[in-house]
Amino acid sequence: MKNNVPLLKRIRENRLFWPLVALALILIIDAIFAPGFFKIGILDGHLYGNLIDVFNNSAPLMLVAIGMTLVIATGGVDLSVGAVIAISAAMGAVLINPALGNILITNDILTKDATNTPLWIIVLADLLAGTLCGLWNGWLVSRGKIQPMVATLILMVAGRGIAQLITNGQIMTIYYTPYFFFGNGFILGIPVSIYIVAVVFLFAWVLVRKTSIGLFIEAVGINAKSTYYSGISEKNIKLFVYTFCGFCAAIAGLILSSYVHSADGNNNGLNYELDAILAVVIGGTLMTGGRFSLFASVIGALIIWTFTITMYTFGVPANALLAGRAVLVLVVILLYSDYARRFLNKILDRKGSQHGTAN
Amino acid sequence: MINTKDFVLTMNGISKTFPGVNALENVEFSLKRGEIHALIGENGAGKSTLIKVLTGVEHPEAGSIEFDGKTVEVKSPQHAQEIGISTVYQEVNLCTNISVAENIMLGHEPHRFGSIDWKQLNAYARTALQRLSVEIDVSQPLGNYSIAIQQMVAIARSLEITSAKILILDEPTSSLDVTEANRLFDLMQKLKGEGIGIIFITHFLDQVYQVSDRITVLRNGKLVGTYATASLPRIELIAKMLGRSITDLDEVSKAKFTGEHKEGKKRLLEARGLGRAGSLEPFDIELYANEVVGIAGLLGSGRTEMANLIFGIDTPDKGSLTLNDRKVNHFSPLESLKNGIALCPEDRKAEGVVGELTIRENIILALQARFGWFKFLQTQKQYEIAEKYIRLLGISTPSPDQLVKNLSGGNQQKVILARWLATNPQVLILDEPTRGIDVGAKAEIQKLVLDLAEEGKSCVFISSELEEVLRTSHRVIVLRDHKKAAEYSGDVNDQTIIQTMAGNL
Amino acid sequence: MAQRIKPFLVSNGPMLTTIAIFILVYIMGGRLYPAMQKPQVFFNLFINTASLMIVSIGMTFVIITKGIDLSVAGMIALTSAASASLLAKDVNPLVVMPLMLLMGIAFGFTLGCVIHFLKVEPFIVTLMGLFFARGMAYVITLEALPIQNLTYRFLALTKVSIPFFAKAYVYIPSLIGPLLLLVVIYLSFFTRFGRTVYAIGNNEQSARLMGLPVGRTKIIVYTFSGFCSALAGIVWSVSLLSGYGGYAPGMELDAIASVVIGGTLLTGGVGNVIGTLFGVLINGTIISILQFNGTLSSWWTRIGVGVLTLIFIGIQSLFYMRKKHS
Repeated sequence: MKNNVPLLKRIRENRLFWPLVALALILIIDAIFAPGFFKIGILDGHLYGNLIDVFNNSAPLMLVAIGMTLVIATGGVDLSVGAVIAISAAMGAVLINPALGNILITNDILTKDATNTPLWIIVLADLLAGTLCGLWNGWLVSRGKIQPMVATLILMVAGRGIAQLITNGQIMTIYYTPYFFFGNGFILGIPVSIYIVAVVFLFAWVLVRKTSIGLFIEAVGINAKSTYYSGISEKNIKLFVYTFCGFCAAIAGLILSSYVHSADGNNNGLNYELDAILAVVIGGTLMTGGRFSLFASVIGALIIWTFTITMYTFGVPANALLAGRAVLVLVVILLYSDYARRFLNKILDRKGSQHGTAN
Repeated sequence: MINTKDFVLTMNGISKTFPGVNALENVEFSLKRGEIHALIGENGAGKSTLIKVLTGVEHPEAGSIEFDGKTVEVKSPQHAQEIGISTVYQEVNLCTNISVAENIMLGHEPHRFGSIDWKQLNAYARTALQRLSVEIDVSQPLGNYSIAIQQMVAIARSLEITSAKILILDEPTSSLDVTEANRLFDLMQKLKGEGIGIIFITHFLDQVYQVSDRITVLRNGKLVGTYATASLPRIELIAKMLGRSITDLDEVSKAKFTGEHKEGKKRLLEARGLGRAGSLEPFDIELYANEVVGIAGLLGSGRTEMANLIFGIDTPDKGSLTLNDRKVNHFSPLESLKNGIALCPEDRKAEGVVGELTIRENIILALQARFGWFKFLQTQKQYEIAEKYIRLLGISTPSPDQLVKNLSGGNQQKVILARWLATNPQVLILDEPTRGIDVGAKAEIQKLVLDLAEEGKSCVFISSELEEVLRTSHRVIVLRDHKKAAEYSGDVNDQTIIQTMAGNL
Repeated sequence: MAQRIKPFLVSNGPMLTTIAIFILVYIMGGRLYPAMQKPQVFFNLFINTASLMIVSIGMTFVIITKGIDLSVAGMIALTSAASASLLAKDVNPLVVMPLMLLMGIAFGFTLGCVIHFLKVEPFIVTLMGLFFARGMAYVITLEALPIQNLTYRFLALTKVSIPFFAKAYVYIPSLIGPLLLLVVIYLSFFTRFGRTVYAIGNNEQSARLMGLPVGRTKIIVYTFSGFCSALAGIVWSVSLLSGYGGYAPGMELDAIASVVIGGTLLTGGVGNVIGTLFGVLINGTIISILQFNGTLSSWWTRIGVGVLTLIFIGIQSLFYMRKKHS
């Protein structure tokens, strides 16, 4: 028994519709006004061009957006992801060149292309640090019964301090070349970061759609009480999503610090929490929780970065970009607000019925 | 001859429908000046809708309201308050963080030289409360006081802000103890003496008899009748609430009351002295396979509390529960689910339906919960299960992918029922499963319950409709005042049950 | 008398704790660094936290209504950049300052309207406001623009002596915070507007049913926050004598932390601006202690504030939970 809803309406109602439209809009503007945008060349054996930049830069944001989606779907929010990125980056840098006590690292130690800890342990430590942060948040929210915004605010404020603590207050530049692989490497011509995102996305997708976790997350976000009556543990679901979000932020931190070759407690991942929330909202997941789409959030992240790089291409200075970002958000807010939806539905529905489509 | 001047309020021919349900059908209601008029009926009878119409929250499709000698159209709660209809709800609609005096005067504070004159404000508040014979420190935050006092403050506010002609009290005594309730009643008598008409909505019949002058009974959206309290014996009142006539014995009253339920049947569940302070006194119950146990009792007698205890929503603080001869140590819905108990809850909107999910997802939800996070029901299987129950229960929908929030109340109830049936439980507790469902569907569900019992399950059927309890149950447990009052099997008719509910037996 | 004390303690518990902690931390600092015992150090708190104080005061009302305003720091930056730019074009400071305040009012008003009429979460809306304001600041000037205007210099450098304390002084901008505090105390406790704010924060539904102008009040609250942000921006541009889009990074967090530490619940309806004052002072004291220490970096402030916020939230939950169950 399939719905007799006109194809156009079904496409329109698919949650990916508006984000893809927005993305398409930006790309069209690029095509018209900056044709060089789409040029992809080959340099040093790998792909090169604005589009590649977009993907490369948006990788960390995509990762954080994936984690954030699940948190928002349960009706919560995680403000600490930026700080977790900083912590994760700091862990990496420090393990490469452990600074014991107050001994400042001399320049020749720092610039040696070597590491004091095997790479795989570094990666593991990074991920562990982030996951523990997520666990902390999750515990506060699920067992401590503290409001998500308040609970994650604490780590957001203190987290950067912790990152600084790890690096002893220094901005640590990384010289260990294998570490750069994550953010700068290429496999088969495509940036490594994209592979990482793809793997994490796939993992997350399988985790939430091929197990019952995704359904439970949505149910908890929609009606936690009914979900409890049905035998689902709201606490455990919430604990899971925050932990996973911390995990994603940790990977993002790895890629980011690898890309910029440094760990800077103050600036790593700055404003990432805000961008991640934006990406999720653009992707159509409501902040009150419920239905979510990982893919839509990834597109949301893509939109943010395509927009950013487009602005660069037009010569808009990096800092002035913020205003443009705000306009983007305004447009998104308006598009998704109840009024706009009803308005659009009225116009488009009327058009449909004029053509005599059965309903 | 009715002297219309005596009546401060007359509601005529009020009808109101919501999608799929007739909330009110041609209801009449009148209120005299200086009268305490009780409005009663079971859940779903239409009491709250009637009040919502009176206070402007809802607008009726038909009917008229005459208030204080004039025909009025109540546009909004604000408007109602302005013209003199004051309401105090069960959840006191005040702000607990500001002082008592402020709550009374908020929006009407006296000012001096442009700023709030606190002294004067407190004085006004004190006077307002004195009128209700309440003397408290009005400068303390409202939250410091008990619900009983908060209610008094709410009443004081509504009387203070406008010269109220009608005061509606919606379940005011639910959170009060006996002393506090009596205090409220004294206040009501005082206000009655001042000529204010009071509508008293409650499910406590004792209190109805203690304080009211007239009683109006609603049932299934229709008016059953309006009676002078003094001339309506309690037993008749209950009968009217349940839709029975005490002289009418020809109805289906002798159901399958076979006494052999115990022999040869497997005992599935046993509760001994199970109780929880504040919710249910210790009770014993035994559930066997192949039978339906009905639980009858008036609103507030503890029916849902009993269901919640057995299913593990609430943890008992006394007694024990044994399932299949194994003692239950941990009370939670998931535990019960794993042990083969299912509960179809009373409030389907808040406790059952997950509105934004599809029918299919709602149906398999509990089953999936039992399997846990990683043992995933394949989508194909999910559709199979969903479609099976859509057919079985006759859920009217074009597809299993419809969002449950778009279904009618009756269909929503069927979806929730399907959810629990899908878990193939041994014990199935149904709390008001037929509320808000059309007659045809009601019969379907009743038959289904009997069929399930036939298959070997134990069904617990809770309902405020005595008729259907009798029709479907093999034995009946009667609750009264949060206690198990009696258990009947064999030959029993509704008379006996009503008498038990009334406390005569 | 004794009967009044206990409920007073319970109602104002968190705020009293804040005051106690402030005194404690200050005394500790004085013990560790004798140089801190000079009276000027105390007044330096007001000098150093001038902007934060103003912004936090505005934020207090917003949080009491259960909302949040993330745009405040952006507005400070925008105000500084706009002021610097106008002053560089020789516009009279007496025109510039009111203009900035108007800008803040308009900005806050817009945010309030979007929040109330479009029913979008304050978090998202004010976040957008933050981006927009900072962005516009960068549009005005990409680098820090110095302010040479004489009036501004006068305001920045003139010392105001404190009576009774020889050799103690503050600067003129530092006085604005305390003045604003007095105004807001009046608003909070002596006007219908202020009481409505508290009512809304506790139970918006009830407030509406009680006939209070909920929408109007919420919009005014955000407008006021915008005004305070602009005022703080003026103070900032006077203190630093320059304007730049990157100024006051993260100050919205400091403001929120100050408000929370001051005893205002993020869940709304509880708290007052006096607590915020002490929250800000604690922030300033921690910075002072670090300055005197000299070796510890400023990021310890972050951790310290984070830990304090955690403790306070814990205390708040306790008070809140106990109240709910009584």
